[in-house]
Amino acid sequence: MIGLSHYLVLSAILFSIGLVGVLRRKNLLMLFFATEIMLNAANVAFAAISYHYNDLSGQMFAFFVVAVAASEIAVGLGLLVILYKKYGTLDLDEFTVMRG
Amino acid sequence: MTTFAFYFFATLITLLFLVTVLSRNVLYAMTALAAGMVLISGLFFMLDAAFLGAVQLVVYVGAVMALYSFAMMFFDANKDIKERNGSAVTVFLLGGAIAVMLVVIFTAPLIGQGVASLYPPAEGATNPQAVGLVLFTKYLVPFEVAAVMLLVAMISGIILAGKKMDFSLSVVEATKSIDSKTIDNMDNTEKKGDK
Repeated sequence: MIGLSHYLVLSAILFSIGLVGVLRRKNLLMLFFATEIMLNAANVAFAAISYHYNDLSGQMFAFFVVAVAASEIAVGLGLLVILYKKYGTLDLDEFTVMRG
Repeated sequence: MTTFAFYFFATLITLLFLVTVLSRNVLYAMTALAAGMVLISGLFFMLDAAFLGAVQLVVYVGAVMALYSFAMMFFDANKDIKERNGSAVTVFLLGGAIAVMLVVIFTAPLIGQGVASLYPPAEGATNPQAVGLVLFTKYLVPFEVAAVMLLVAMISGIILAGKKMDFSLSVVEATKSIDSKTIDNMDNTEKKGDK
């Protein structure tokens, strides 16, 4: 039988996949993809806890996470297009202008 | 049956997201991400969250992925991404350590019992009805704030991406080699002038 911990472990695995992506990738678009994975992992955990405790608050939070993700993509992609027009690349190493 | 469905979805989602994270090609990564999102909505349907599953399909697969694929037209998607990575071992050790930490964090509160349900689903209502009842009574203010936030995001997206729309990137890339040479020459002459 599948219980709450199965879903939470799956959510943790998905979240760490996203985290590995954020740590590993240098391309900004790939960083966005990894962020999406992490947000989705959180949503799975919210829905599972909502089901397990018979409480709708978890689903509500998942809705607001989806709304935040959608607006993040709209603004972030606009910024990415501007960055690409300015530098011709999306590689994070190219943006290190401070020579620190 | 539930067990089979859960493990089926779980393995497929994990594999697809691994492809997204590890792939060198942006198009492969985006396709795998979209497929993973569709399968995650399957998990939501299994969890009696039918409305959330539908929202996942409409917003993520419909809107976010379409936005990504349109934004991809601005970038050169067929080019393989060249990345200069430091040490792969360090990254995987860090990721593994954080994964272990997350499992501990997620499983620790399960020991504690006595969590009371704050908003249980209404009796005899289907999931979308129950969600609507809670969303438009208890969560009305956050709902309105989210609506304003989406409006702000839409306007800023239009303004940010719409800047210099008459400025063609492909022309710039074709003439980039010439441009960089002339710019280098200009830089050199300026430096000579400074000296």
